[in-house]
Formats: sequence, C-alpha cells, structure tokens
Amino acid sequence: MGDLNVEAVERYRNNFLKEVEERVEEGHWVKMCMQCGVCSGSCPFGPHWAHPPQELFMMIRAGRREEVLTSDSMWMCTSCYNCVVRCPRQLPITQIMHGLATYAHRLGLAPKNQPTRKFSVLFWNNCTRTGRVNELKLTLGLYFSDGFIAGIKKAWALRHIGLGLLLAKRLNPFELIKGHGCKDKKGIHAMLKKAYEIENRRKGFSS
Amino acid sequence: MAKKEYAFYPGCSSQLRASAANYMVSVNSMCKVLDIKLTEIPDWNCCGASIGYAGSGELARHVLNARNFALSEQHLPGQDIVATCAACWLGARETKEKLAASSTLLADTQEALKEAGLTYKGEAEIRHMVEVLIEDFGYEELAKPVVKPLEGIKFAGYVGCQTNRPFGIAGESFENPMYLDKLVETLGGEAVTDYDQKVTCCGGALAFSEPEKSQKQIKDIVESAYDHGADMIVTPCPLCQANVEIYQSEINKRYGTKFNMPVTYYSQLMTVAYGGSVKEAGLDGQVIRARKLEEIAVKVVKK
Repeated sequence: MGDLNVEAVERYRNNFLKEVEERVEEGHWVKMCMQCGVCSGSCPFGPHWAHPPQELFMMIRAGRREEVLTSDSMWMCTSCYNCVVRCPRQLPITQIMHGLATYAHRLGLAPKNQPTRKFSVLFWNNCTRTGRVNELKLTLGLYFSDGFIAGIKKAWALRHIGLGLLLAKRLNPFELIKGHGCKDKKGIHAMLKKAYEIENRRKGFSS
Repeated sequence: MAKKEYAFYPGCSSQLRASAANYMVSVNSMCKVLDIKLTEIPDWNCCGASIGYAGSGELARHVLNARNFALSEQHLPGQDIVATCAACWLGARETKEKLAASSTLLADTQEALKEAGLTYKGEAEIRHMVEVLIEDFGYEELAKPVVKPLEGIKFAGYVGCQTNRPFGIAGESFENPMYLDKLVETLGGEAVTDYDQKVTCCGGALAFSEPEKSQKQIKDIVESAYDHGADMIVTPCPLCQANVEIYQSEINKRYGTKFNMPVTYYSQLMTVAYGGSVKEAGLDGQVIRARKLEEIAVKVVKK
C-alpha cells in the first residue's frame, strides 16, 4: 500500500486534481463544482463531516492531497443521494465520495480505525466470499473487529436486538456454520479477479 | 398463465430467515393475488450494496450486477428484472445506465464476465417492485382486490432514500414523493400527508458502524410519526424497515424515549387488505408487533 502511495506522489507531483480525475470514480467531475454548498447543507450527516463535500472539492483543487486522503469525512456518506439530486450542476457527489474513500483506502492512507471503513471492507469480503451476504457473520465480524473482549461486550449489550430478530425468524444462527451462497463461487471469484486486474491497468496502478 | 411475469432479483436480506424475510413472505402473498409471477434469477449474487465500495472499486461492483443481468437474460429472456430491495434496485439501475453510456466500461465488464462464462446483452430493464405496481397496474387496478380496507389505521409513509433518490419513481418529486401515501389510501388506510420525515435518511449502513450518529436520524423519523398521530410507519425499503424498527429500544435507552412504533412494508398492507392472514402478510416477522394490522387480518369478511 505504501509503495502505491509513493508511486502516486511521484507520478502526479503537484497535480492532485489530475490524480483525482484519473484515478477516482467520477473524479473528472470535481472541477465542475461551483462551491454553492447545497451538498454540504443537504447532507444528513453534515454536522459530523470535518470537511463536507464542497470543502473536499475545493481542497482537491488546492492540491491538499494529504489532508483529503487521510480525512475521515468521506466515510460519513450514508449513500442517501440527497446531494446528488440537489446539486445544481448534477455532480455525482455520492459516487465521488465513495471514490475518494476507496482510493484513500487503496493507497493505505485512509484512517485505519474509521469504523465505516472497517465495515465497508468487511461487507465486501463477506458478500464476495460466497456471492451472498451472511448477515450473522457480518454483524459478528463488526462487533469483534476491535478484539475479542470488546466483541463480547458489544454482543452482550445488543443481545436483545439479536433475540428480537431471532424470535421474528429474521436471523438464522446456523448461518455461522453454513450460510446462503451462490453455486458458481469459482466463476464469481475469477470474474472479480479479472475486474481488479483490468481496473488496475486502466487507472495505472500496475505500471 | 400469469398476468405478468418478471425476472426476480430478491437480494440478500430477503432470503430465508434473513433480516427482511417477512418482506419476501408478504411480496409473495401480494403477487399471488395480483397474478404476478416472479421467477428468481438462477444463482443470483449480491449487488455489492451501497457500502461495499472500499473493497470493490468501480468495475468489480458493476461486474457483480452485470452477472445478474447476464444470468437473467440467459434464463429468463425478455423479462424485466424486478428488485424489492431499494439498494439492490439502485445499484443495478446505476450499473445498467453506466454500461449503456460507456463502451469502455462495457468492454471491460464483458472481459471480466467471460471468466464466469457469461455475456451481457443489455436487454433487460431494471425495475423496483413499487414501480411495477404503479406503472404496470396502477392505483385503480390495485384497489380492485381489496376486501378488508385498512380503515382506522393512520400510516406515516416513510419513503426513505434509495427508492426515492437518485432515480425515484417516474413523475414523483425527490422532496415530496406521494406514491406511498396514494398506495395507503388505495388500500383504505389514512395517510399522514404532512409527515415531515418522509424522505429522511435512516443512516443506512452507518447504523451498524457508527450507531450513535444514525440513531439521531431514526429518532427524528419515529418521533415525527408519533407527533402526527400515526399508528405505524410503512416503508418500501428493507434497510429502512430494519433500522427504524430494531433500534427503537436502543434509542429509548439513549434518549429516554418510550418508542414502540411498528414499521411495516407496503406489501404487508396490501396482503392484509387483500384478505391475507397474519402469517401470509409476514406480520409474525415484526420485532414490534403491528397489532392494528393484525386485528384487521384476523377479521372475518362478511359477504
């Protein structure tokens, strides 16, 4: 991860906007932002962002690479698309936030203990392992991501929620042993491996 | 011969004994009455949901959705793909549009799909169940099978985010969509039309990862339903349903509130109005029992 970052710094020296345009999903839209602030004002998690989207866009253009990529702001996106439908210039802001988060994660710069970053990685690994989400393993994985003791404490504190779902037959304890899954796991894995390969090539990660 | 046939993309949460299993039960009952045949896409996979982005990146996410499209085109040619989950629908719609707009992305996707022995033709349309109900049936048609109007129940129609944005239901406003209220009235219920939290985000996946932040959202959603005299909340989204229902006890602890507001699916309302039982409507799958709806479900209809 560290090497990827060094390589990126070398390649895009002093031109963070270009780096974002080439490597971040929908990054080419960043320069279209007119700084009206509707996105930031519309965001349900707005008060929790150190740098709301409007500010991130300005910081990208100002070349504040380190500050943007190490920020935990874009991880606050709940994917509610309020910013997207309200943006007067129709920027795909949600996708850009996800894109920035993904890029920072790939470079190893995203904050290690940001809980939504952890959950996002956990979710992706969970659903691609068998092709479908194993809700029980996903939840327990999140609870235990800070260690065994912390996990037990969290699971205990939220036990009545699990029990409620169990009684409503919306949680299956047997998912721990055998969960839902696709038949063609091999095909899915091969397909995803290829997809990463192609994307790395397209975004210049492999060179 | 069924009146309408669709390729069905159920999504992970609707599987047996998963968190939206009761949604699926009620959708099946509702479809039976309306003569809709949903055929599950064979070996469908997860769409990656809105939260998988850190690991997935752009192409892998589109490839996951494209696999479902390709399987659907292969096994259920000519049928529209229908999703019941808001996030599944949104993710799939986005992929469909992106692949149609970029020949490079399409070529890359095909190259990856080949590894699983599949090809995407770009034929199938992606639609939400609610879209199908409104566009292919219409309110009048949906009112016909009603045998037990939901009289005396006040519903706060909680549309949430992803069935409303960025695509939404055709002709509806992002700020104040009316379809859910209209659907409630079609079934003989009373809609809280000035419910101000109608399109508020429930916090989505952040309800798991950063609960203290999203519970503030959920608190507002439930509180406003109480303030407007609603008996229960109704929603088209499985994550909205789960978040708004199961965290009420946590919110009570955190804020000292006494919330106990049932959160139901539109399909449960329809099943009950169409004469279905508590079980057929999946009402036994509620964490907070929807008693007023159960009372109507057990009522005997006089002919």
